Amino acid sequence: MQPIDLANLVQPDRVHKSVYTDQALFDLEMEHIFEKAWVYCGHESQVKEVGDYFTMQIGRQPMVMVRDVDRSVRVLYNRCPHRGVELCGNQSGNTGKGFVCSYHAWSFHLNGKVKAIPLVKGYDGTRMHTDDADCSMVPAARVDSYRGFVFASLSKEGPSLIDFLGEAKIAFDDMCDRSPVGEVEAVPVCHRVVQHSNWKFFMENQLDALHPSVTHQSTGVSARRVEQRLKQDKGSAPLFFHYLSTFASSFDQWDSVQTVNFKYGHGILKAYMGLRPTDPDTVAYEALIKQAYGEEKGEEYLSRSIHHVLIYPYLSVQSPLQQLRCLRPMAPNKTLSEIWHFRLKGVPEAIYERSLWYFNLVNSPATMINADDLENWTKGQLGLESKGGEWVSFHRNYGGDTEKDGVFYSNNGTSEVVMRNQFKAWESYIRAAIQPTAKA
Amino acid sequence: MQPQEVKEALGTGVVIEAIQSMSGAESIAPDHMGRGRLPSQGYIPKAIAVDAGLRRQVEELLFHQAALLDNKAWGEWTELFTEDGVYWMPSTPLQTDWRREPSIFAEDRLLMEVRMGRLLHPNAWSQAAQWGTNHIVGNTVIEAATPTTLEVYSRFQMMEMRRDQVRHFGGSYRHSLVKQGDGWKIKLQRVDMTNGQAAYDYVIQAWV
Repeated sequence: MQPIDLANLVQPDRVHKSVYTDQALFDLEMEHIFEKAWVYCGHESQVKEVGDYFTMQIGRQPMVMVRDVDRSVRVLYNRCPHRGVELCGNQSGNTGKGFVCSYHAWSFHLNGKVKAIPLVKGYDGTRMHTDDADCSMVPAARVDSYRGFVFASLSKEGPSLIDFLGEAKIAFDDMCDRSPVGEVEAVPVCHRVVQHSNWKFFMENQLDALHPSVTHQSTGVSARRVEQRLKQDKGSAPLFFHYLSTFASSFDQWDSVQTVNFKYGHGILKAYMGLRPTDPDTVAYEALIKQAYGEEKGEEYLSRSIHHVLIYPYLSVQSPLQQLRCLRPMAPNKTLSEIWHFRLKGVPEAIYERSLWYFNLVNSPATMINADDLENWTKGQLGLESKGGEWVSFHRNYGGDTEKDGVFYSNNGTSEVVMRNQFKAWESYIRAAIQPTAKA
Repeated sequence: MQPQEVKEALGTGVVIEAIQSMSGAESIAPDHMGRGRLPSQGYIPKAIAVDAGLRRQVEELLFHQAALLDNKAWGEWTELFTEDGVYWMPSTPLQTDWRREPSIFAEDRLLMEVRMGRLLHPNAWSQAAQWGTNHIVGNTVIEAATPTTLEVYSRFQMMEMRRDQVRHFGGSYRHSLVKQGDGWKIKLQRVDMTNGQAAYDYVIQAWV
């Protein structure tokens, strides 16, 4: 492998195209970012009963999240230590009181410890002993959760989950605080969509306020036409037309929105999505929240200005509408996204349905929004793989943001501080990887 | 002690029989279910007796729909639906309510109009790529009939070409039809796609 010249890959206002296309850099990202940092596994409610499991990739590693008999949630390598065969053969299911390998019936407790090996006498006198760690499934080095959202890190070293999330933990607070009992549960449908582009396209796009009124013009304009006709004819239109029509807002409107950019590349796109109409359902719901938390706290929870929260480098959370997308990179030019919706516990059905429409129209595999995003990213990847240029520009409003205590506040919604901040984090991860003595 | 010479080794042995002993996996974990969870209940249509003319009429509607979709005749296609008609592709076969469950498509005539407006907009960027579909519809079963309503089950296979990529989708249609004039209109079209919860390579832009 060529030595990596970081200074010529990431500069404060531009990056070299190879960070999106190069296989060696991708491998480095997998090993030193995704297989070290805290990675989202899933929500506790996905594994309600003992033996319920859910499989996912952490970096390149096949992992399984499982509910143990002691009710704790374990995250283990989905791999039999005998000959390496994956133990859970589906994305989700129930494995009963333990795992059993389909090849030679080695069996394991739900915490991964070996339970039984056939004809175990065959190991007498060998150097393998069933009380050795390498006779058991390997657990993730660290597992932790925040408000029901489970994360694992495959490295013993590194910040705690709460330190890693930092201010971006508001993604989960904002989601849960909108329930009068402070909890959500996963809706048991996981849409999966593959994009033919590097994972960074997705992460940059999520807080990119310049793109919506260009990329999503067709859907925004079409939805606005129907919305306006309904308003004229009937006096009002369902909120979900508004979800779509706002994508066609003007450049000036998007420029007036602010992004807040944190350590580790996390960030928030502010903006309020018109979720407080005065229909009876919303009024009843708001009363419920204020009854649960008091007037002041309730008002704070209901009026938070959040459009998206990003947890870099893989999670996009639309907390006000309880939607979450998690990236699982597959190759430099291929990325899987897992798309989830959550139900606020203890709220009227109408409030669930309101956010459900966003899930159906924007985040389903028949999305009228992401169709054009994915198209951009595919074409973007192809362009970056070409010899038609070297640099990717993030110059917009460079030098025009406000920094306070390491947090970057944009003064223009369309400032490319979002990407600059993400690459600051990326550079720091990669620097730590290639110069192990440097501090991440 | 087992034999120590090849010739001798091959000349002796045991017969392996499964009759009396527990299988290997059973002896290790007698109650383990390697299948995880039992698969969800599918849907098996039940045919009723109808006259051949009615059956022909229904099939012609299904074939006409396929032709409209394959020719991107979106406007004519939406006209196949009643004013309160709904196109619904649930995420799983167990779902029952198009308004209250996470769907792949859940569209009334107004939302169909939004999608059609998008597809026809000159700056629908993802429509720049050449694409087309080919639907085959068959296995038609008429499940219920009154003079003004019909319940029809069928299966479809759809090939889609976009740029240089080919994808396949398949599944079942369930149509609730109502009589209007001499013909039938769609009140509800339910589409249960066999690969509806598989990972999508890109997304689906138009109705299936």
